[in-house]
This record gives sequence, C-alpha cells and structure tokens, in this order.
Amino acid sequence: MIPELGQFALIIALCLAIAQSVLPMWGAQTNNLNLMSVGRTAASGQFLFLLIAFLCLAYSFVDNDFSVQYVANNSNTLLPIYYRISAVWGAHEGSLLLWVLALSGWGFAVAVKSRSLPDDVIARVLAVMGMISIGFILFTLLTSNPFDRMFPAAAEGRDLNPLLQDPGLVIHPPMLYMGYVGFSVAFAFAIAALISGKLDSAWVRWSRPWANIAWVFLTIGITLGSWWAYHELGWGGWWFWDPVENASFMPWLVATALIHSLAVTEKRATFKSWTVLLSILVFSLSLLGTFLVRSGVLVSVHSFASDPARGVYILAFLAVVVGGSLTLYAWRSVQFSTGGRFEVMSKETMLLLNNVLLVVAMLTILIGTLYPLFLDALGLPKLSVGPPYFSAVFVPLMLPLIFLMGLGPIAKWRRISISELFHKLKFLLAIAVILGVILPIAIYRDTTIMTSLGIAAGGWAFATAVYAVARLIMKRDKTTSVFKSLSKVPRALYGMSVAHIGMGIFIFGVVFTSAFSDQKEIAVKVGTSVDLAGYSFLLRGVGPNQGPNYQAMRAQVDVTQDNVPIVTLEPEKRVYTVQRNPMTEASIDEGLFRDLYVALGEPVSPGEWGLRIYYRPFVQWIWIGAMLMAIGGILGATDKRYRASANRAA
Amino acid sequence: MLRAIIPAALFIVLAGFLWIGLYKDPSLVPSPLIGKPVPEFTLSTLKDPTKNITQADFAADYALINVWATWCVACKQEHQALLNLAAQGVPIFGLNYKDDRQSAIQWLLEDGDPYVMSAFDESGRVAIDFGVYGAPETFLIDRQGIIQHKLIGVMTPVIWQNQFVPKINQLAAAPTQSYE
Repeated sequence: MIPELGQFALIIALCLAIAQSVLPMWGAQTNNLNLMSVGRTAASGQFLFLLIAFLCLAYSFVDNDFSVQYVANNSNTLLPIYYRISAVWGAHEGSLLLWVLALSGWGFAVAVKSRSLPDDVIARVLAVMGMISIGFILFTLLTSNPFDRMFPAAAEGRDLNPLLQDPGLVIHPPMLYMGYVGFSVAFAFAIAALISGKLDSAWVRWSRPWANIAWVFLTIGITLGSWWAYHELGWGGWWFWDPVENASFMPWLVATALIHSLAVTEKRATFKSWTVLLSILVFSLSLLGTFLVRSGVLVSVHSFASDPARGVYILAFLAVVVGGSLTLYAWRSVQFSTGGRFEVMSKETMLLLNNVLLVVAMLTILIGTLYPLFLDALGLPKLSVGPPYFSAVFVPLMLPLIFLMGLGPIAKWRRISISELFHKLKFLLAIAVILGVILPIAIYRDTTIMTSLGIAAGGWAFATAVYAVARLIMKRDKTTSVFKSLSKVPRALYGMSVAHIGMGIFIFGVVFTSAFSDQKEIAVKVGTSVDLAGYSFLLRGVGPNQGPNYQAMRAQVDVTQDNVPIVTLEPEKRVYTVQRNPMTEASIDEGLFRDLYVALGEPVSPGEWGLRIYYRPFVQWIWIGAMLMAIGGILGATDKRYRASANRAA
Repeated sequence: MLRAIIPAALFIVLAGFLWIGLYKDPSLVPSPLIGKPVPEFTLSTLKDPTKNITQADFAADYALINVWATWCVACKQEHQALLNLAAQGVPIFGLNYKDDRQSAIQWLLEDGDPYVMSAFDESGRVAIDFGVYGAPETFLIDRQGIIQHKLIGVMTPVIWQNQFVPKINQLAAAPTQSYE
C-alpha cells in the first residue's frame, strides 16, 4: 500500500510540475496575474508531494518491504537502521528521487523567499524550474521507478553495497545534489531574463545569494566525497581524478567563476551576457555530470549500459535543456548593453581573467574526462587519461589564478595604478616568497621549486585575504575602536576573506601532502615492526571480529615514536555476509599536522600479513580549508544587502 | 553575433560524441590478439617443476586459459564458477601469474583445482605475450589455438552464458571448414 501511495504522490507531483511550467509562463506573456500566481502554489504543492513520495520509499526501507524491487536490491534485515535510511539514495532510482526532491525544495524556497520580486520574473523563474522537474520526474517514472513491485517478494534483501556503508556516504549525496540542483535557480533566473529581454543588475542581485548557497552545498558535497574516498577506499589518497569526481568538480569550477562574475555584474553592470552564459553553463555541467554518472558512458563498473534507454533519455533531455538555452542565449544576448566601462588594469580585468582561467581549467578536465570517449567514438585506439595529465595541466593554470586571487580584492574598480598596487602588496608578496622557501625546509629539511611555489601561493592567498579586511581597520579614524570598525566591515567582505583564507589553507594541505607523504606496502610478520617517517608500526596481532552484517579480520598495530606510544590502530578486512565482497576498512590516527593511516591487506603466509602504511602530513588541512570556503560562501550569501532587499517588500 | 553562437555549436559537437558513446562499452579493451594464435611459450607446470607445458598442450575442441594468482582477491571470487565449469567438462588451463609455487599448490589443494593443468609463470614474461593487464583474465581458444574471446575480470555464470557459450556454439557449428 505504502509504495503505491508513493507512486501516486510522484504522479501528482508530475501534474503539478506541468501546471507550474505552463500556466505562470503563459500568465507572464499575457500579463495575467491569476495565472502567474499559480507558480508559487504549484511549486509548494510539488515539493509536498515529492516529500510524501520520498518518505514512502524511506518507510519501505525501514519496514524491510522486500516486495519492492529497489528495496530488495539495496537493503537487508541485518543492515543497521541508519544505513537502511541512507540506502534510499544508495542506488540509481532512489538517488533520482532525492534529485527531484532537492529540485522541488529549491523551487519551494524560491516561491517562499521571493516576495519582493516582480510577479512576471518569479512566474518565469518558477516555470523554468517546473520544466526541469517535469524532465526528471518523467525520467524517474518511465525508466527508473523506485516503487516497482516484484512478485513473488524476496525473502531477504541483497544488501547495500558495502562501499556505501559509511557515515560520509550518508550525507555526501544529499549535499552534492543540493549543490547540483541549486544551480537550477541561477539557471532559471538567467533563462527568465533572456525570455523577458530585461537584464539589469536587479536580476543579478536576486540571483546572487542563491548561486552562493548552491555553491556552498556543492563545496561541502565534494569535500565529503573526498573525505569518504580517503577513509573508505583504503588507498590513502584524497582525490583520484575519477570521472565521477570530475563530474562534480567541473560545475564547481564554473560556479566559482559565476559567483565572481555575478559580483561584477551587480556592482558594475558589466559582463552581463557572460554572467548569463555562466549561469547556463553551471547547470548544464550539473546535468552533464548526471548524464556521465547515470548513463555509464565512462564508468562501466557502475554502468547501466544494460539499459541504454536511461542514457538516451538523459541525453535527449540534456539536448533540450542545454541546446535550447544556448540557442536562446545566441538569439537574445546580443541585445544586452555592454555596461560600465573599465581600463585594462582594473578589478574588472582581474575578475575576467579569473573567470577565463576557471573556465579553461574546467575545459581541460572536460577534455581529460571525455578523451577516451572521443577516441572510441572516432574509432581510434583507446587510451585512458590519468592523474599525471590532470596534474600537468591543472597546476600551471592554478598558479596565476591564485596570484590574481590576491590582487583582486585589493584592486579598485575601473582603473588601478600598477605601481600603487605593487606598493601596497610588495610586503605581502615578500612574506609569501619567504614562507615558501623557509617553511618546507624548517619542517622537512627539503624543498623543490614546485613545493616552494605552492607554499608561497598558499601564503599569498592567506595573507592577502587577511589584508583585505585588515586595511579597512588600519584606515579607520582615530576615534573608533578596532572592535567597532571590525563590526562595520560588510559581512560579504568577511565571506570573501574567509573563503580565500580557506583556499590558502587548502593549498598548504595539498602541497605538503603531495610533497612529503611517505608510504610502505609491505608484508609484516606478527610481532615485528616497520619504520616509516620516524614512527614505528608494530603488528601486535590479527584476529577475527564480528560486525552486524559482516565478518572481519582485525589487526592491532601499535604505533610508537621514539619508544613513546602514540596510538593503537585497528584496520580491518571485512567480508559482508550478503554480497561477499572483501572490503578494506583503514584505521587512521588523524592529527592537525599529520595522519597515520594503516590498511590491512591479504595474508601472505601464516602469521604474515600485507600492510599498507601511509604517513600523510597536513592532509586534514585540505578539508579544513574547503570547509572554510563553504563558511565564507554562507557569510557572503547572508549579507545585510540581500536580507534588506527581501524585507523591503515584506 | 557569431560569438554568441559558439557555445551552442560546441555543445552540438559534444552531444554528438556523447550519443556515439552511449553505444560503446567503455570496459571493452579490444585485445589485438583476438583472431591470432596463442603466443608460443614453454613453462614448467605448477605442480611438477620438472615437466614442461607449451601451447601445443591446449589441443581440444575449445579451451579456456585462465590467468590467476593467490594474491588476487577477484580470483578467489571466480574460483567457484571455474570449479562448476570444470565439473561440466569445460577444459580450463591455468596460467599462474607472478605467484609463489608453494602457496599456489596449497590453494588448489584447499579450494579445489578446476584446471586440467596450470603453467607456472613466475616472472610474468609469458603473460606479457598474452597481453595480460592483471588477474583474473580468461581467454577462449579454438581447436587451432586461435584466440576467439578475452574476458578481463571475474568469470560469472551470467558472463559465461552471454559471452562464451554463443562463441563456443559458433565454433561447433563451423567445424574447421576454412582449413579443409
């Protein structure tokens, strides 16, 4: 009964989405207020019914209803309750349902939060979001229905993929989807502006906080994914340039360009058509990411190649949405005025260069990711593109980007004098360079040009971000206190500063981890020890350990430094009862300055086990930095300016 | 004007590639050896170092050559499937790859031996001639010793039914006519 209810709710949501996309759009064209107001009601209703559908599926999982095919394929009575709930989005059908739920959630938020917007704008925006909803709900119903029953019902479920039984995976997909889908708002605003032909800075002021929040979700989602890969895959790495990772990283890069370009368009009324194009591009890349992951054209291990209908559907949908909006762009964008003028040396130019570098970086990843596909389609011999390609093209693009990142916040709009800028920043530049040379040598007694450049870049990002706030304090008149002038700094500026500081910390983490990591993959006899990076790892013993839905062999590894005990690590090799795949559960001693990471391999001979031991300096800084970027994004999106414009109409 | 069309034009090209890509299987790495004879080799057998095995020993209506090793977890997963095939009378030859002779023999004693016999390729030199990426891999060869099919990864009953059985039926339907 419950699954049928869910299916029914899904169909009602589809009907509401159709109403949401047709009526308000028609109303906006004919200036009919009644029709336009349907948008808000339909958007709220659509969200409600998708929520019901989602809860019905979640109930079927909690209830172990194995007559539902999707539940039978991805759950088990032995599965702990929290993983039974996260199993709702553990595979294709359920993740799609989560996708449309997130989409309608954003639509609902727009409907509620946009009282101050002109009726025709909000009507068009909600209509565009409704169209996207139609596409994805239809996709779910036609090719990937999570509520399909099977007869006879299974006696027991086939269990959730053990790789996905990890706390990181409970929240990673929802965050990522919220980010992907969140850009549908900026996309809808851009399309609405193209349809109406009115593109002013007001449009941008509305769109900006939404893009910022979506960017925050995407940042958190990618960070959690990287954190999960580090903990769960057992290879001690934090980024693998895997097609699925790239699919989420490409929209992030362009979204980063977008939130900067939106700032220019809002403040200076320039880059208008570029901002529109970026809004379209970010959401297109989110859709492309969905296509790449869901169609199996690249990753055949998780492939749905057995069902090409899904790939064909998403590609057709992609063609309609992306092709349609780019055509609309080609047709309408030429009408936009060029906006404020600026000199070659100006803040505008720096932000433009930042945008270009980010988009080029995205293109290199797109080419690297799709290269095997291009070759295959052209009938050329296959070859795959690995991390060396990405490192080789990515680092040279990032260095100038980070240099600009330091200049941008300090530079003035319209025109700057180079000598003045140099005069202001020469001190910080010197600090960054000295840091780059001294820091690696002081800590590790070693450095290379690339390492020093990297650390200098991180120091530069950090120092200039602090200076961007500090110079306002230094300029205060003598009568105001430091505290008072700190409280007067706009929150958006704090947001920028925190995000850039986060970037600096992230870079420190990346550079130190890649330059000074150490590792050993070695066979160890029980009772003997291995030395790595000044630590001694003693394999004390290996014994069986019983989990709720798996059996494991668990090793005890005593870690000491100069005979001082540090920690006992207990890595496991698990075999899950139902799916029988062996899983490596690494054990990690996390620290601010280094992680010690042990993964248990195969038994080599009686009493002798393969161990993978990693020393990862500063690796936590990668995620700390990324989280600071997200916090910066939240600060930026909640600036007084946007709250004021929302309140004005209330 | 022209500038505004560029994004749409680029997208059309991209969509075209994605369309073609949908009908390709990314896991297929076509082996250049398909349609060619098994590489010539001489190795000692796994169980008896004094005895040799060469490509001539594969003579049968058809045979499987399975690349395996005790360090290979996926080989453990497919082991039962291979034992079942052997029980049905499918001749399977093993190529024990970069392994330790004692532990390999031990494994076959404990878990069962699906192989007619196994060649012992300690250095992995012969596996290079076979174009082996990693273990497990399974080759299908016909009566003339021509490689007809190659599977990278774990053998399962479904893969056997879908990929191997049709090929073997084809071989049976067209018995050696091209040579007589």
